[in-house]
Amino acid sequence: MPIINDTLFFDEKAHGEALERALMMSPQEVVMEIRESGLRGRGGAGFPTGTKWMLALSAKADKKFVVCNADEGEPGTFKDRVLLSEYTKLVLEGMVIGGYAIQAQKGFIYLRGEYAYLLEHLNTFLERMRKENRLGDNILGTSFSFDIEIRLGSGAYVCGEETALIESLEGHRGEARNRPPFPVNTGYLGYPTIVNNVETFACAYIVMSKGAQWFAKYGTEKSKGMKLISVSGDCKKPGVYEVPFGITVKELLELVQADRTKAVQIGGASGICIPMSEINRNISFEDIPTGGSVIIFNEDRSMLKVLRNFMEFFVEESCGQCTPCRVGNKKLLEGVEMLEKGECSHRYLNELIELGKTMQIASKCGLGQSSPNPFISIVTNFKDEIMSNSIRGNNGR
Amino acid sequence: MADKIVEGRAPVSQKPHTVESKENGDIGGLIEIEINGRPYSVPFGITILEACKRNNIHIPTLCYHEDLCLAGACRVCVVEIEGIRTLQAACAYPITGKIKVWTTSERVRKARRHILDLLLSEHYGECYSCVRNNNCELQTLAKEYGVDFYRFGHIKEKRYEVDRSSYAIVRDMDKCVLCKRCVRTCIDLQEVGVLEATRRGYATLISTFMDKPMLDVICINCGQCINRCPTGALRAKDPSDDIWRAIDDPTKHVVIQTAPSIRAAIGEEFGLPPGNSMTGQMVTALRMIGFDRVFDTNFAADLTIMEEGTELLLRLKRKLLFGDETVKLPQFTSCSPGWIKFIEHFYPEYLEYLSTCKSPQQMFGAVIKTFYAQEMGLDPSNIITVAVMPCTAKKFECNRPEMNSSGFKDIDYGLTTRELAQMIKEAGIYLPELPKSHFDEPFGDASGAGLIFGATGGVMEAALRTVYEIVTGRPVPFENLAITPCRGMDGVRQASVVLNDVKDEWKFLEGIELKFMIAHGTANAKKVMEALIRGELEGYHFVEIMACPGGCIGGGGQPIPTSPEIRKKRAEAIYKEDAELPIRKSHENPHIKYIYEKFLVDGPCGHISHKLLHTHYTKRGKYIV
Repeated sequence: MPIINDTLFFDEKAHGEALERALMMSPQEVVMEIRESGLRGRGGAGFPTGTKWMLALSAKADKKFVVCNADEGEPGTFKDRVLLSEYTKLVLEGMVIGGYAIQAQKGFIYLRGEYAYLLEHLNTFLERMRKENRLGDNILGTSFSFDIEIRLGSGAYVCGEETALIESLEGHRGEARNRPPFPVNTGYLGYPTIVNNVETFACAYIVMSKGAQWFAKYGTEKSKGMKLISVSGDCKKPGVYEVPFGITVKELLELVQADRTKAVQIGGASGICIPMSEINRNISFEDIPTGGSVIIFNEDRSMLKVLRNFMEFFVEESCGQCTPCRVGNKKLLEGVEMLEKGECSHRYLNELIELGKTMQIASKCGLGQSSPNPFISIVTNFKDEIMSNSIRGNNGR
Repeated sequence: MADKIVEGRAPVSQKPHTVESKENGDIGGLIEIEINGRPYSVPFGITILEACKRNNIHIPTLCYHEDLCLAGACRVCVVEIEGIRTLQAACAYPITGKIKVWTTSERVRKARRHILDLLLSEHYGECYSCVRNNNCELQTLAKEYGVDFYRFGHIKEKRYEVDRSSYAIVRDMDKCVLCKRCVRTCIDLQEVGVLEATRRGYATLISTFMDKPMLDVICINCGQCINRCPTGALRAKDPSDDIWRAIDDPTKHVVIQTAPSIRAAIGEEFGLPPGNSMTGQMVTALRMIGFDRVFDTNFAADLTIMEEGTELLLRLKRKLLFGDETVKLPQFTSCSPGWIKFIEHFYPEYLEYLSTCKSPQQMFGAVIKTFYAQEMGLDPSNIITVAVMPCTAKKFECNRPEMNSSGFKDIDYGLTTRELAQMIKEAGIYLPELPKSHFDEPFGDASGAGLIFGATGGVMEAALRTVYEIVTGRPVPFENLAITPCRGMDGVRQASVVLNDVKDEWKFLEGIELKFMIAHGTANAKKVMEALIRGELEGYHFVEIMACPGGCIGGGGQPIPTSPEIRKKRAEAIYKEDAELPIRKSHENPHIKYIYEKFLVDGPCGHISHKLLHTHYTKRGKYIV
């Protein structure tokens, strides 16, 4: 049983007065503090937050924007919902700190369409912040002014990708942009924009209240701090857990009391699926990165059905813009159907794995680049099981 | 005006991004990069694709098009950059660092082949039954990459019904590869916005508003989407079977007219490089095919100048001499049917600014079924008028209900350059090797002014050559009659000439600076209209608008592909031919003088011409009508 004594988010006493502290510093100092903390983006890609903010701060423009990516759409994640509903202050004031750090005037919360029920709560909270002069003009008596507006998504998974999110914010169809240029340079309406995950802003709040050194005590060398993990699937205690980076999958499984486990999907639909032989691997940007989704499958589950579910998801949720993702996912799904019927030859399965590797490097955005992950990891790690149907025939494509 | 350009509708993602550099000095400077292990020096900020093109390194493309904002969607042009995990689209990646690029590494070749295999798996249709056979970018890529089997299968069932509802454009979505060139064309170049991607993921489909048929959406029929479609998903509605039937019918007298820009482009369909004029050969070929008479639309263009120029002078007279404030100026040209439908839909309150002249095509049709029928002693009901146009909107125009002032359809069939070339091929004729011959009487060979109608600015130049001379009695004060401010490819151009020492009857125009403006591509037309609405065209007298980029030489019925370079070459061919012609002004065309003596006896804008050569417009707005 791993020992988890400290919590960053769940201990209200530890929250402190981050905004007050940040506003007493210069924007550069805030960015440096975030940099020193080693904080990396919590959405899953793990881009160093301090670097992102530094780039946005140094970009020259008359307007800059902060966007909180609350389009929590990765299957199996529900930690942002908890932060938004119960630790609202950390997120919203984290955004104000981000706004101050890059010298933005306006922030958006891009809220997942299905989270519309949180609108009232969030708006009430924003109103209270405005009354308390923690938002709006001349925040806390300083010369810094910043406001936050909430925008609702319309249910497209791809809008969790930052450039597609910005397109959607601008009123266009949610499709990823070409990068470079990056949003820190050419973002919302062409202005420098930082897009950060809900949890990243909450972490930034913690860093500013407790200091970079304190934050960096937790985690591993390249993955500092704690991570919220949404655990679901076959276990006795599913839920949102706060764990230090570096925790092994085995420790996590014990924590949530999973038994007869066969496979663990880490990182949601776009993550990888590991067998029990790999549960000593750890959750960190060095080993298995995740935005926070852990789905546990026990021995009763059919891995083909699991895979089919993920692939159906991607066939529908690809934005349809680039060829590898739009058609590639369909071909992988067809492959799963062939496997189910026992009509997929080893040769064709290998062809599909190679296609998956092409999708990983040739797709336009992160969605297409990560969508073959479950296919490749499941057919590789559970080959005996998924090929068991093919005894009947071997004549497929 | 040019500096007050309104923002287009294109999303930021589709616009070319500006490249910012930490050291501003970098912009405009050169940067050392490596491509395939060899050093190159390229301008800072250009894309990898552009850098490769300049150094003769071939990179395959599909969604990329020189005329359009970038998409980076098909991924066919991916290349490997050392130090970056993923492959990058060469068309979209700006060079801002000393990168090392590999354009044909194993990873690149495999990825491209996979992408092609994926595209082909979804591409329904057989090459030999496709209008784009041998001129299809997907087919070319498949050959280039040695595709000899369908790695990921091949779709066997048709999924979408072919939409043949439009007079001009046929859509076959089973052949669509979702490159979105049509979407970008319609939004960026034309600002009409007929097409957009709908649905999501694998179900993504380029579609019209609410999936309505093309006839039921606001489309100006310009066909620019067809010219940029890499496959056969978009094509023009081909009437050649009906035309063959008419030719084969001995009771029908089949007359064909050829627009000025056809001769400058049709050679491309026979493998010649752009810019080769094929006037004489084309006339010979048309006779060989079996047309009873071959006429030059340039004659009707000359007629248009007489009518439209006179109309302008009459408007000026009413306004300046009689102080009639209801007269609308500037007068807008009306020969581009795509532009006409554009203004009818988007600026229905401004139709009075349009010249009432029919387009040359329709004027000619009306003349053929009246004057010509009379002269030849033919029953107009037995005359079939065919117009070869660079244009798909002409197919719609000839079916307008008001275009029948002779009692018969002015023009029975509109044929594009591509379709004519196909008919010539089908007749077993290799155009470039034919002897030259002249157009038929009684309309004969026309003036250079009529010819330059084919390029953007040409109508303006032709009109000025005549109007200036009518008013002053002297030729326009430009060397060799080349009114250079009218020429070129800038989206919106403007210039002026001062009218001095005018003839007595035009005294009220003495000293007036005749100001004119030229725009091509309806996105530019929109800029002009917005300027008109803001009152910025006060003092302007004449505006020429062509719906297609480059004017008719870039029309939607012209040979595929198109590019700024190709359009420039075609325009050069037209201006070259104009310079060599003996008659270069519409009013000096003897056949024009003849028709006003014999038939349109009350002169330009007189009673007869009003009935036959002028038209009216429909306030369509958001309705199709």
